[in-house]
This record gives sequence, C-alpha cells and structure tokens, in this order.
Amino acid sequence: MAVSTPERISRDAVQALQAPPGRNRSERAFKMVLLVTTGIAVVMLVVLLLDILVDGVAFVTGQRLLQYSSRFPDQFGFRSGITGTLSLMVLVALLSFPIGVGAATYFEEFAPQNWFTRLAEANISNLAGVPSVVYGLLGAGVFVYFFSLGRSLIVGAITLSLLILPVIIVASRESLRAVPRTLREAGLGLGATPLQVTWRQVLPQALPGILTGTILALSRAIGETAPILVVGALFSRRADNVPWDINDAFSALPIQIYNLVSRPQQEFQAQVAPAGIIILLVLLLLMNSIAIILRNRSSRSN
Amino acid sequence: MRVNWRLTVGLVAILALLATACGSDSATEDAPAPEAGGEAAGSEGGSSGGGDLSGAIEVDGSSTVGPLTDAIAEEYVTVQPNVQVNVAISGTGGGFERFCGDGSTDISNASRPIKDEEAQLCADNGIEFTEIRVGTDALTMVTNPDTEGVACLTTVEVTKIFGPESVRNWSEVNPQFPDEQIQVFAPDTDSGTYDFMVEDALGLEASTQDYNASADDNIIAQGVQGTPYSWGFFGFAYFTNNQDGLQAIEYDGGEGCVGPSVETAQDDSYKLTRPLFIYLKNSAVQDKPQVADFAQYYLATVNDVIESVGYIPAPDDTIAESQSTLDSLISGTGGGTSEAAS
Repeated sequence: MAVSTPERISRDAVQALQAPPGRNRSERAFKMVLLVTTGIAVVMLVVLLLDILVDGVAFVTGQRLLQYSSRFPDQFGFRSGITGTLSLMVLVALLSFPIGVGAATYFEEFAPQNWFTRLAEANISNLAGVPSVVYGLLGAGVFVYFFSLGRSLIVGAITLSLLILPVIIVASRESLRAVPRTLREAGLGLGATPLQVTWRQVLPQALPGILTGTILALSRAIGETAPILVVGALFSRRADNVPWDINDAFSALPIQIYNLVSRPQQEFQAQVAPAGIIILLVLLLLMNSIAIILRNRSSRSN
Repeated sequence: MRVNWRLTVGLVAILALLATACGSDSATEDAPAPEAGGEAAGSEGGSSGGGDLSGAIEVDGSSTVGPLTDAIAEEYVTVQPNVQVNVAISGTGGGFERFCGDGSTDISNASRPIKDEEAQLCADNGIEFTEIRVGTDALTMVTNPDTEGVACLTTVEVTKIFGPESVRNWSEVNPQFPDEQIQVFAPDTDSGTYDFMVEDALGLEASTQDYNASADDNIIAQGVQGTPYSWGFFGFAYFTNNQDGLQAIEYDGGEGCVGPSVETAQDDSYKLTRPLFIYLKNSAVQDKPQVADFAQYYLATVNDVIESVGYIPAPDDTIAESQSTLDSLISGTGGGTSEAAS
C-alpha cells in the first residue's frame, strides 16, 4: 500500500524519464537509419518505374492492346497475353481466396491443438518458401498429366493458386490472430455459436488484413513466369474467340515479355518489351486498386 | 459483412466483364490484316481457300524457329481466320520432349535435326513424323572489334577453344595469333545453337565447361562487346542486329576462309550454317485438315517472310523437295517416319 503512494510513483516516473547520457544522440541516429532504409526502398522503386516508363511509355499504343503478336515491332500487340493474364487473375483470385481464408480460419478458430495440426502448420509455412518453378513442375506432373487436364488455363490458375496459398494462409492467420480474444468471448458469452462468432464478428474484423495479404500474393502470382512456362503457357495464340475458356490453351504477359527480351531485334528489346511491362504494371495496379477500395470499404463498414 | 460479400461478387463480375469485353473483340476483328505483310503470299499456297477451316494447331519448340512460325501464323489468319495457331516456346529439346513424349503437339519447331534418342522416344510412343526444312541460319562466330590478328578460324582451331582441350590463349590456338587471353561467351547447354555447334559442326560429344554460358544470346553479344580478345557465337540475326560492337570471324571448314552473309550461306560456301526445321506429326497432318493446310501455307510463304524475322531463306530446290515430301504425306503415300535430306 505504501509502495503505491502518488509521491513514490512520480519519483519513479521522473527517474525513468531522465535520459541517460547519449540517449538523444542514439535516438537521432536510429531515426536516421530508418530514414535511409526508407529512402533506399523508395528511390529504388522510383528509379525502376521511371526507367521503364521513360523507355516504354511512348510505345504503348491502342494497337498494343488489341493486336496479336507480329514479326514487325511496331505492329506487335499483347492481346493474347492480356486476355490470358486477366483470365488468370480472376481464376486465381476465385480459387485461392476462399480456400486460403477457409484454411486459415480453420487453423485459427477451430483446429484442435494436436500433432496433426502442428505438422500441417509447419508444412504450410515451409511451402511459402518453395521456389516457384517447383510448383510449375508439380502442376505439370499432377494436373497436366495425372488428371489429364492438358496445358490449359485452369491448370495455370490452379498452379499459381497453389503457389500463393501458403502466403494467403499465413497472412490471414496473422490478421485473425490480431482480432482481440475478448471479442470472441463476448460473442460466445451472449450465446452466439462459434460459427456465428467467426462469421459475423471475427472475419469482418480480420478482413482488411486478409485482403492486404491476398493482394500481395496475387500480385506475385501474376508476375510469375517460371511456373506457367512449365505448365505450357503459349507465346502467342490467334483467333482465340473464347480467351477465358478454362479448358483451352493460354498465353500470359510475362511469357511474352520474357521471349521478346531475348529477340535479336533491338526494337523488340527496347520498345515492345518495355511497353509490355508497362501494360502488366497497369493491370497489376488496377487489380490492386480494386482490392484496396474493397478493403477500405470493409474496414469502414465495421 | 453482407456489403463486403456483395462487393466481392461485384469485383469478380467486373473482372469477368473485362475479360469478356477483351474477348468479344475477336468476333468483330477476326482478321486483323497486317498492312506491312502485303508482300507475303496470300493465295499461292495449297490453301483450300475460303477460310472454312477451324480448330487448333499446337506448336512448341525452338526459340529460334518459334518467331518464324508465329510470323507465318500472323499471315495465315488472313486466309483462315478461324484456325487457332498456338505457339509455345520451350526450346528445341523441350519441344521434342512434348512432341515425342505425350504427343500433345502437332508441329515441333527445331533449330537442329532431331537427335537419335529423341527419334527413338517418338518410335517408342508410336509417333511418326516428317522433317520439313524451312530455312537457314548462319552460326556466326564473333569477337570484339579491338581484337587484332584473329580474322579466321579453322575447325581444328575452334575445337581447341570450345572443345574439352579448352585452350585459353590465342597464341596457343595458332602461333600467328596474338599472345592474349581468350574469354569465351556462348549459349548454354540447353540451347539448340550449342548442340549444333558442338555436335554437328565440331563433331564433339561435349564442349569445354570453362566458358560464360547464357540462355539469352543478347547477353553473349554484350559480353563480347565489352571484352577485347573474346570469342563467342550465336545466330546470324544477333550479329546483324548488334554489328556496332562486334566483329565476325570467318570460318574455314576445309575450303578456305569465308565470312557469314546471306549470300555465302545460300550458296553453301559458308560451312557453319544450320538448317531450321519444323517437324510434323504424320497423324496430325492426315487427320486434321487445318494442320495440313497450315503446313502447305508455311512452305508457300516462308521464303517471303523469313528475312523479316532475321533468318536466311532455304534454297528454292530444298523448299521444293520439302513440298513434295509434304504432298506425299498428305496424299497418304509417305507413310512412316521420314527425315528429308537437307
């Protein structure tokens, strides 16, 4: 009792506030280090983007969006890559979001703490670090051949979904874990079932974080070349009347860019490929901004 | 929460619409006639005309021949707008793996002849094929413009540099060459260009492993451009498009020194040329009319198109020979695997 007299507390507080010698200096140094690291990240990004924009923006024309590939650099269009990449984006989002969030919710809210759960958790975390080409080989072996799905759009989408599922699961679990335990206890205490608590209280609270993780993961998937090259993404296709047919062959922007960069003609490397990179970046930004709008809406509606 | 899910559905709908919108253009724009393609033959091929064919043609293989096949497809849509030509590029070897392995391709692009073990795989899987020569590429040896005293190399000298002996001083390759270190830049072992140089041109089993390997020939060009007394090789197009910082080395295949050029490659005096092929699956040619038609169109058009892609036309009589091979295959008299003399 005598320990917590006001006098005693204020003396402790004053003591704690008294800066040890050199404290201000190390404080400032730390801030400088943080500033420099931020600067490096921002400057690198700006330099990269500016470099690509300066190189390519003059070569992005309406034709580049509407035409198929061509042997003439000024007529080369990314149409088959754009339709392929868009279809992949939609399919990957549809596949990976529900499965990833579902798995994360199970682990965080329902799974019993036993050896099986721990094994599964450890495996998922490890899978996040597996090189992407391994997923491509898996996709080729399991879906193209074993399930005889062929080198089709759906196989590309499944392969990319598998690639980013671990990332979505880990990110979703983190944001589910950040929802205060008291919220769940209050819900259960009022007589709600665990399903109701999860569905109506916990998931809406966690959704902004889940969406952030999903955006980052999707962005990664869309830029990948190696896995879809292995499952048979095309360089070009023509007369693709139904480009989103999931059983049909598909092309994708990264594959086209990758091939154009290694062409002998300077125009393909210096004009057409940068234009393709800009188109891919714009598609990514569009997707991200839609997802960010969704996220802001959901955090406001809470 | 309900709002969120409605929004999610909305997002999906927007993206789906976007994809639909992009796709539906194809109905109105089935034949995007390339203006600059005017010089290409339109109707002189064996095309049955009228644009009445449909279906898909699956093509995979060489990154060298891929752009050529894609260029032919670019012209082909003007006569057959409903045929879908799917061109994948996974390298000559990767292409044959599919072509002979699961048989999922109708045409395999190749920048070298099929290897015995690949042909064996085809035979094991009951896949009969026909080799069609479509063009020529001049393998070009290059060095840095600052390199002095190295203008021509014989087969023996090239073998010293790129063979297992791996000589790395020009004066040891030939006493008349300068006493300078050789830096070697060359395609990696997955490349058809590498295979052709090592196995077909030099007749070796394996090359030296002491060299800067790259899958991208532009990187090789940059390496040579930046390194005096370097040595490297790649397809002719990479030389003609990077001439500023490169110097071609003449090749002596036993009949004197000859430099690479369209003329020397065509009259066969330059000995480091490699044939470019497409391999047709016989059953696809016979069962799928669009594959037979495309192959006919390919041969009729290739010599008009090939130079704009960066390669050298095959001699007319070679094309004619390919044409008669194809004709007998289509009429059904050319059964069995045939590898046309090239």
